[in-house]
Amino acid sequence: MFSLGKLWRTPAASSMTIAVIGIALALPTGFYVLLQNMQGLVNGLDRGVQITLYLKKSVNNQQLRALSKTLSQWPGVDKTKAITPAQGLAEFRRYSGFGNTLDALGGNPLPPVIVIYPRWTKQGTDALQALSERLKKLPQVEVIRMDMAWVQRLLAIIDIAQRAAWIVGGMLALAVLLVVGNTIRLDILGRRQEIEVAKLIGATDAFIRRPFLYGGLWLGLLGGMTALILVGIAIFLMGGPVKHLASLYGSPFKLHGLNAVTNIRFLAFSALLGLAGAWLAVGRHLRDIEPG
Amino acid sequence: MILLQHVSKRYPTGQEALTDINLHLNAGDMAFLTGHSGAGKSTLLKLIALIERPSRGQIVVAGQNLAALGNRRIPFHRRRLGIIFQDHHLLFDRTVGDNVALPLVIAGTRHTEITRRVRAALDKVGLLHKENAMPITLSTGEQQRVGIARAVVNKPAILLADEPTGNLDPELSVEIMRLFEEFNRVGVTVLIASHDIELIRLMRKPMIPLHEGRIARHSSATPVPA
Repeated sequence: MFSLGKLWRTPAASSMTIAVIGIALALPTGFYVLLQNMQGLVNGLDRGVQITLYLKKSVNNQQLRALSKTLSQWPGVDKTKAITPAQGLAEFRRYSGFGNTLDALGGNPLPPVIVIYPRWTKQGTDALQALSERLKKLPQVEVIRMDMAWVQRLLAIIDIAQRAAWIVGGMLALAVLLVVGNTIRLDILGRRQEIEVAKLIGATDAFIRRPFLYGGLWLGLLGGMTALILVGIAIFLMGGPVKHLASLYGSPFKLHGLNAVTNIRFLAFSALLGLAGAWLAVGRHLRDIEPG
Repeated sequence: MILLQHVSKRYPTGQEALTDINLHLNAGDMAFLTGHSGAGKSTLLKLIALIERPSRGQIVVAGQNLAALGNRRIPFHRRRLGIIFQDHHLLFDRTVGDNVALPLVIAGTRHTEITRRVRAALDKVGLLHKENAMPITLSTGEQQRVGIARAVVNKPAILLADEPTGNLDPELSVEIMRLFEEFNRVGVTVLIASHDIELIRLMRKPMIPLHEGRIARHSSATPVPA
């Protein structure tokens, strides 16, 4: 608590350091929150991805249902839906408004169809691709349709953005390490005399190190809290416009912040970062100060 | 209590600060290291406090051969000593009481015990009423006495003082020396470096005269007639 008191006694310098740490941590965190939201959105969309199998005309209704059932047992398949040519025709008649034209054709031109709803897995599009390859090899299948190029592109973009977030996050974490290290270094130099006296009257290195390490821990923790507050404010400010945009697409989507567990993990991480920064500075500079 | 055998100290710069020093102080002795500045007085005290290590020879303090002490154990060696400096080395951001308490805090003494012993030490140097004052508000003599209170609060068996009266006028100097004499009377071994011959004569204690890093006339701390 001694070190917290010390921060409190130098409010201007401490709050400036904490603000720098806060902003440095808020950038990657905000980025991360946005990506989380986008992923949530895309995850919702790709549940809508369907693979449609147009079977050969020779397949009869019984075979169709049997195949549909078999496929529903496949790994990576959530459920399947069999559509007989007659059902397909009825659906087409209902939705397309070309009923009269169909009557003119005489026979039913539609093939038996199985619609496959893939199960969404972590592997994402790779799994979908693999599934479609396997389906294509079935002897009964004439044509396979999977319209998901845009989902693939979006996921690829998110993938890149996620990697960028990690890189930026890594660099900014390094920056936090250096900011804390530098603050603690200045603190050590400023209290040089105190350290010398303490060493002279028998203080161990561990005893001298402790308040500086606590200082770093506090800086990290308070900086982390600042970052969470900044991200919270950003989400609040962006929430309205995002909701408006979503409503234009008829989507109930809205921005989510970090959950409690992630918040606590984040604070623990930033506190550890502060501690590590202090450790680096203390290790380097305390050795240099010897009475003499 | 303090034994130096053939001790030499050469600094990395090549300067030879001490040459072949032999010295023996028994428990309860009080002696003065004298000599001009640069004669090696401070270096000798630094060797005993392990602020410096000797280049040659060996030093035994309270039965402990200092050469056998690793750097990690230096703090525990210093806790057995009370060290007083010319500039008192007080910390100006805390009260007199907190300054005196520092050695006890470092040693991990219990809180109630700290309060009691800080008061006892301040009482001994006559500054009990200044416990909550800031050091900056004290006179130079008072600051030096706070430094002494801090050195003795741990009840060390050995007191080392480097020019403790260097910044004081003669009257205050005598007062400080009498204080050391009092501690010596209760059995503390006291070694004081000072160039103030007049003052030392007054104290009627053995002198160890250093000249250019050597003990000038005596090879051990036999009493020197004043």
